[in-house]
Amino acid sequence: MNKLLKFIKENEPKKGTLAHTLYDGFFTFLFAPNETTTPAGVQIRDRIDLKRTMVIVVLALQLCYLFGTYNIGHQHFVALGMHTGFLEGFHLKLAYGLTKLLPLFIWTHVVGLGVEFYFAWRKGHSIEEGFLVSGALIPLIMPPDLPIWILCLAVAFAVFMGKEAFGGTGKNIWNVALLARAFVFFAYPTTIAGDQVWIAGFEQILPGAQVDYGWWQTSFFNTLFGWFGWAQFDPSASIIDGFTGATPMALAFEGGWERVTEVYSSSQMFWGTIPGSIGETSKPLIIIGALVLLVTKIGSWRIMLSGLVGAVVMSMLFNLWGATEFMNVPWQDQFLMGSFWFAIVFMATDPVTASGTNFGKFIYGFLIGMIGMIIRIINPAYPEGWMLAILFMNTMAPLIDHYIIESNMKKRLKSA
Amino acid sequence: MSMNKKLLFPKSLIVSGMTIFFLLTSIHAGYSQGINDGDMLTIGILLILGVLVIGVVVIASSNAVYATAMSGKKVRQIVEENEDGEETTINHIEIKKGMDILLKGESEENIEDIHTSRYALQPINYHDILPIPKIVPEDGSELLAGDPLFFDKKHPDVFFVSPVSGEMAGIVRGPKRAIHQVVVLADRDIKFRKLNSPDVETADRATIREFLKKNGGWPLFRQRPYNILPDSEGDPRDIFISTFNSAPLSGNMEVKIDGRYEAMQKGIDVLNRLTDGKVYMGMDGRQGVELPAELVGLTGVEKHYFSGPHPIGNVGIQIHHIAPIKKGDIVWTIGVQELITLGNMFLLDRYDARRVVNVAGNGAESPRYVRTYAGADLSEMVSTEFEDSSLRVISGNVLTGQKKDENPFLNFYDDQVTIIPEGDHYEMFGWLIPQTMRPSASHTFPNFLFKGMKFNVDTNTHGERRAFVMTGQYEEVLPVDTHPMHLFKAILAQDIDRMEGLGIYELVEEDVALCEFVCTSKQPIQSILRGGLDFMHLEA
Repeated sequence: MNKLLKFIKENEPKKGTLAHTLYDGFFTFLFAPNETTTPAGVQIRDRIDLKRTMVIVVLALQLCYLFGTYNIGHQHFVALGMHTGFLEGFHLKLAYGLTKLLPLFIWTHVVGLGVEFYFAWRKGHSIEEGFLVSGALIPLIMPPDLPIWILCLAVAFAVFMGKEAFGGTGKNIWNVALLARAFVFFAYPTTIAGDQVWIAGFEQILPGAQVDYGWWQTSFFNTLFGWFGWAQFDPSASIIDGFTGATPMALAFEGGWERVTEVYSSSQMFWGTIPGSIGETSKPLIIIGALVLLVTKIGSWRIMLSGLVGAVVMSMLFNLWGATEFMNVPWQDQFLMGSFWFAIVFMATDPVTASGTNFGKFIYGFLIGMIGMIIRIINPAYPEGWMLAILFMNTMAPLIDHYIIESNMKKRLKSA
Repeated sequence: MSMNKKLLFPKSLIVSGMTIFFLLTSIHAGYSQGINDGDMLTIGILLILGVLVIGVVVIASSNAVYATAMSGKKVRQIVEENEDGEETTINHIEIKKGMDILLKGESEENIEDIHTSRYALQPINYHDILPIPKIVPEDGSELLAGDPLFFDKKHPDVFFVSPVSGEMAGIVRGPKRAIHQVVVLADRDIKFRKLNSPDVETADRATIREFLKKNGGWPLFRQRPYNILPDSEGDPRDIFISTFNSAPLSGNMEVKIDGRYEAMQKGIDVLNRLTDGKVYMGMDGRQGVELPAELVGLTGVEKHYFSGPHPIGNVGIQIHHIAPIKKGDIVWTIGVQELITLGNMFLLDRYDARRVVNVAGNGAESPRYVRTYAGADLSEMVSTEFEDSSLRVISGNVLTGQKKDENPFLNFYDDQVTIIPEGDHYEMFGWLIPQTMRPSASHTFPNFLFKGMKFNVDTNTHGERRAFVMTGQYEEVLPVDTHPMHLFKAILAQDIDRMEGLGIYELVEEDVALCEFVCTSKQPIQSILRGGLDFMHLEA
């Protein structure tokens, strides 16, 4: 190991060059630095650093990735009416999911890290870890059929305008991953809204539409699976009759809970074999991720708990109100649909953009729960609200903190 | 309890609640009259509704915040009856926030006498004096213990006196010609100057203050806010003493007192003459601690028992929970061994700067207690460790101490020497797969499952400096009713109102040392706070 270290050290490029920024980034990734504490101040430091904090979040997301990969393929084959059982055609589903998810993942990182490296070089600071998490989150909140060029634009916009414009990791106002999603949502509304985007692999989601396979499926995987004698991709398959590709949310907006249960069962929605953004569908796996964040104390339990309470309260209020069919969806069933869990666990708890005071976190989470549910149920354009609710509360978080700090200050001055 | 009353239905909450109810019903009416889904009106009303909801919650919370801020602290008053039937009340304050860092290398309880050949006073140990003080004796002149060494031009009547007798050996300058050390070559046997102290009971306050300023008693105190040398004018509101230390490896105060309870009592008598307020004493109330009867028997002080994790032993935390420092207040603090020196100035009529120091840490060859004098030369006291460049000798504890290399002298207010290995090595994937066990407040390590485990430490920073990212970390380890991260940001922004409002006057570096330790972003919190204190002092 020492030899390796020496070899790497010898090849250190000159400071101030792009190569040095890259070198530094990868070197500190490989080795924890040999810095020691300053002569005055603390002489020992906690073992934790930002890299480790960030990587724990990425690890907590891994189950969502795994299931997301599977579910892309599963939904694809459900549309074709083939391999509809959970384990049937498992290899096909995984392979198909990979061909869709990997490009999203790779391009997110190429573009995002590219912008990050560029700014680290121009500003002369070391590469910061923020994009580790943003880059892991962005593919999970995109629809599986998103065109790559839109994704690249969105990521570049989010990292540049959302983060680097404010000075880098730890200084941004809005959640970077959600900003990327919001960019897609507002700039290309037709690609992310409606029933067309949630099933991958078709030009159009219409009964009878021909499946659209590429080289990977027809040549690479089919040859591979042919060797093993497993089932192969069928390029002549088409969508079965009666398939719409609508998400539970869209159905609920159309005709309330009854319409939803006509198509999906509760357990399907709970376990996540429904169409939706890649990482958001499986509730138990998200909750496992939430437990990881809670045990390691990286995600704030205050935000998660109060967010849940806020959403429950608001959906109960809507039950009482009951003006539309969507409002009449039983409050507990609201939590089986949509991306509430993913948003409140992984998005709302971002420490940089959330409220910074402990009590503020309760308010912040509670209002996300309430506003998100309001937007979900009343917004006519798009039946889901967490993205907008969280971005809105990101904007309001400094205000919440301000009032809490003011009250602390007032109390101190009053007692003087 | 008066705070809880405020929580119940503030008027503003009811008003806002009714507004929301009104709005909701109007939206409902809108729906039933057939105003369609896509209508802009609905969206507009929703926006107003959203803002109102925020308003309500903020108003409600600004009251509720008092309640959360008060939680995590328990105050009990225990009434005890002794054999004679007299009732005494014990004030016990229990605190939850904080963190005990358990380290290997605790000092064994035997005391060794080490009389080093050189001692030094370091003007940099005292805040708020000019960097170049005026030196009194000439080089080579003979000194007695208690003879003045230098005075500060800002406080020309306050003398800093020699801890030992011997020969004046000159000064050592640092950057910008600042005087860093005033060195004395010590005699084998210390000869003391007779001080002619006034009688504590009869002399008036002005006489005692003059006596202390002239004979080196003044720098034994520190004044808050700012943790500086006390002003020449003005009496303190109260005087605080903490009789225990909760910092890592700080040793047993009973051993450090070394039987000098009589001097302590005399010192307390002096303190009572210096203030119109009270003299408070923070006592160790943690579980499993038995206090010596002599310490409990000290009179003339109001005792408060404290229990909880570090920084419970810090006098600043104790002040916050007994009688917080408000704007315009001046309080003094004094350490136990400084108090003994003060007492001996009246009891024995001499300036006796004897200190019992504990040597500790996983780099120390023989962790033990050492009887010496203030400003001892550490390169003699722990010579083998000092010469080893892979070890770091620290004057003080691992959280607030100072690295000793070119300047080898024990800092004036320190009674601890910690020795730990330097951590200037790389660790492959150290952030992901740690190869050594190190203390951590983070639950991303399994440490929190093993309570009571003791750790080896080194000086590695375990990561690079970053912007503030994580929130809620500092609050966990600072048992003070404030918002630490916002306070530090206010300091960086030099926002005077906010610094004052968030209680910068109540804090000194040692209180926020744990915040600096747990900081994920490796921010230099203590020096940020010092910068803020200096700035506020300058503005005042």
